[in-house]
Amino acid sequence: MATKEQTKISKEVLFDLHRRMVRIRLLEEAAGQLASEARIPGFIHLYVGEEAVAAGGCVALKDEDQISSTHRGHGHLVAKGGEFKPMMAEFMGKATGYCKGKGGSMHISDLDLGMLGANGIVGAGVPIAVGAAFANKYKNNGLVTMAFFGDGSTNIGAFHEAANMACALHLPIVFMCENNEYAEYTARERVMAITDVADRAAAYGMPGVIVDGMDVVAVYEAARVAVARARNGEGPSMIECKTYRYYDHAGVSGLGRTYRSDEEVQEWMERDPIKLFEAQLAKAKVMSEEEAKEIHAGIQAEIDEAIEFAENSPLPDPEVDMLTDVYTEAS
Amino acid sequence: MAVTETEQRIIRYNDAFNETLAELLREDPDIFIAGEDVGRYGGVFQSFAGLNAEFGDERVVDTPIAEQAIIGLGIGAAAVGLRPIVDLMFMDFVMVSMDQIANQAAKMKYMFGGKAKLPLTITTTGGAGLGAAAQHSQSLEAWLIHVPGLKVVYPSNPYDLKGLLVSCVRDDNPTIFTLHKAMLGSKGHVPEGLYEIPLGEANIVREGTDATVVAIGKMVSEAEKAAATLAEEGIEVEIIDPRTLLPFDMDTVIQSAKKTNRIVIVHEAVKNGGIGAEISAQIQEQAFDYLDAPVTRVAAPFAPVPFSPALEQSYVPNAESIAKGVRDVLHRNI
Repeated sequence: MATKEQTKISKEVLFDLHRRMVRIRLLEEAAGQLASEARIPGFIHLYVGEEAVAAGGCVALKDEDQISSTHRGHGHLVAKGGEFKPMMAEFMGKATGYCKGKGGSMHISDLDLGMLGANGIVGAGVPIAVGAAFANKYKNNGLVTMAFFGDGSTNIGAFHEAANMACALHLPIVFMCENNEYAEYTARERVMAITDVADRAAAYGMPGVIVDGMDVVAVYEAARVAVARARNGEGPSMIECKTYRYYDHAGVSGLGRTYRSDEEVQEWMERDPIKLFEAQLAKAKVMSEEEAKEIHAGIQAEIDEAIEFAENSPLPDPEVDMLTDVYTEAS
Repeated sequence: MAVTETEQRIIRYNDAFNETLAELLREDPDIFIAGEDVGRYGGVFQSFAGLNAEFGDERVVDTPIAEQAIIGLGIGAAAVGLRPIVDLMFMDFVMVSMDQIANQAAKMKYMFGGKAKLPLTITTTGGAGLGAAAQHSQSLEAWLIHVPGLKVVYPSNPYDLKGLLVSCVRDDNPTIFTLHKAMLGSKGHVPEGLYEIPLGEANIVREGTDATVVAIGKMVSEAEKAAATLAEEGIEVEIIDPRTLLPFDMDTVIQSAKKTNRIVIVHEAVKNGGIGAEISAQIQEQAFDYLDAPVTRVAAPFAPVPFSPALEQSYVPNAESIAKGVRDVLHRNI
């Protein structure tokens, strides 16, 4: 297990892990609220509950490294350095959004941050991540790609093709599985005959580890090992993070459903990754409750400002914007 | 300077492809090739022969049989700055990888608000005529021209092949470059060195006054044979080879329609929902008043490509069926 190689983590990194998780949580709660008020149109897939995975994974990366994402992609972009204003504007379909309002929640991305896109097709981001990893090896630039995907993705052909290819070509990539126990609205055990996605790693010829996906330090430690391995030219690895999605696959509700019990949701929420981590930090006297509250408040203020920015931003103009960006024009 | 007949270098269509790839790989270190059997073996049609030996495993990459991952490899590598050429051995495999082509490569730039640049070329082989049956003989250009964000190219001769392939590879958009597998041994003049033929520019292969034939891929040479026969009957056919199917040079077709007033569109794919339907619709939108006969399509019947040569030969349009199509539009005197 990766955690056995644990060394002392600096206060700076601990604060960074915390900050990224809180940034995700507060943005997602705000986005959910806005969606429920129809101030955000379209589908929304919230990352609440899974913050430790994106934060732990991305803190282990360099800024120039790349990630691929899923349709539950807000958390990945925030963890990779995404800013609230263009994110919120994109959620609202505004011209000032990361994708000028053309992608929305499900396709939010910023290639400048190495974020290869949230993706509306389950598993489809993984082959693209493999391509970026190929380019890193080809250019010998020392960069690593981390592919985020869910348990459900590992049942799709594209995932299998990509994992096999990455291993066959010995590419610098980390396969980061967020196993939240549900493929959309269907429990994992109803659609998979294995319990642990990490078991699949052996079939491709890469190491696979399982970590507590509600424990951000555990995720970070495992990611650090896998990223170092990739950067050293030792090839791909897989990390399975056992985590949970508080809200439904899509939308802003999560309780009173037929596909899972409220008791189960409550049990997971008791192991909330942010509460767990804040308790650890307080116990270790790294961050007081008061400090944590201040951090939350500061981030919330930033989000409030982003909402105001987004709501005051112009909408794209059908006359002007509809047909731009379909093709790259010759320079 | 005009090249005289004796100075012309005549090479095979397949060799023009191979030579162009080699010249491109020598020119630009960001270009690599990946696909099934393209490396050590040199491709199932030997289109990639010798490239792995010259450029190594890093630049001419044998991949697993995994068409989704092959296209994904190209997308991811292009998105972070390389200029990949990825090969789908047969155009029929477009369907296997369609999500990566149509949902990912084609849409990435738009979905990302313009930030992505995807200089990705997908090479493949289409067309019937080798007894390869229903899953290795299709021309699926109609599936691809329906997708905003792609460019689709189908060269009809070795000279165009080289110029169009260079343009595809140097283009900053995802392009699909289709070789016709029954033309691999056909020969023509091809200069040494790299040159471009702009994407989206049709070629008027033959000028004529009585009817226009818009022909695609291998159908161009069949149309030329038909035109020679018809000329003996006193019918002068104008032949347009679009060369690029997306973007499509409709201006050239419309100009010709205004001149000849009669149009026959020829393609190898089935007629139903084929590219001929789109071309025909646009002609009627833009040049209805100039038409003296309904636009006619000569295309495959609505059946999968059959195996038996006896069936396959009747399935694919040829000079005879094209000539019949032309006589049909001329028969109608208004």
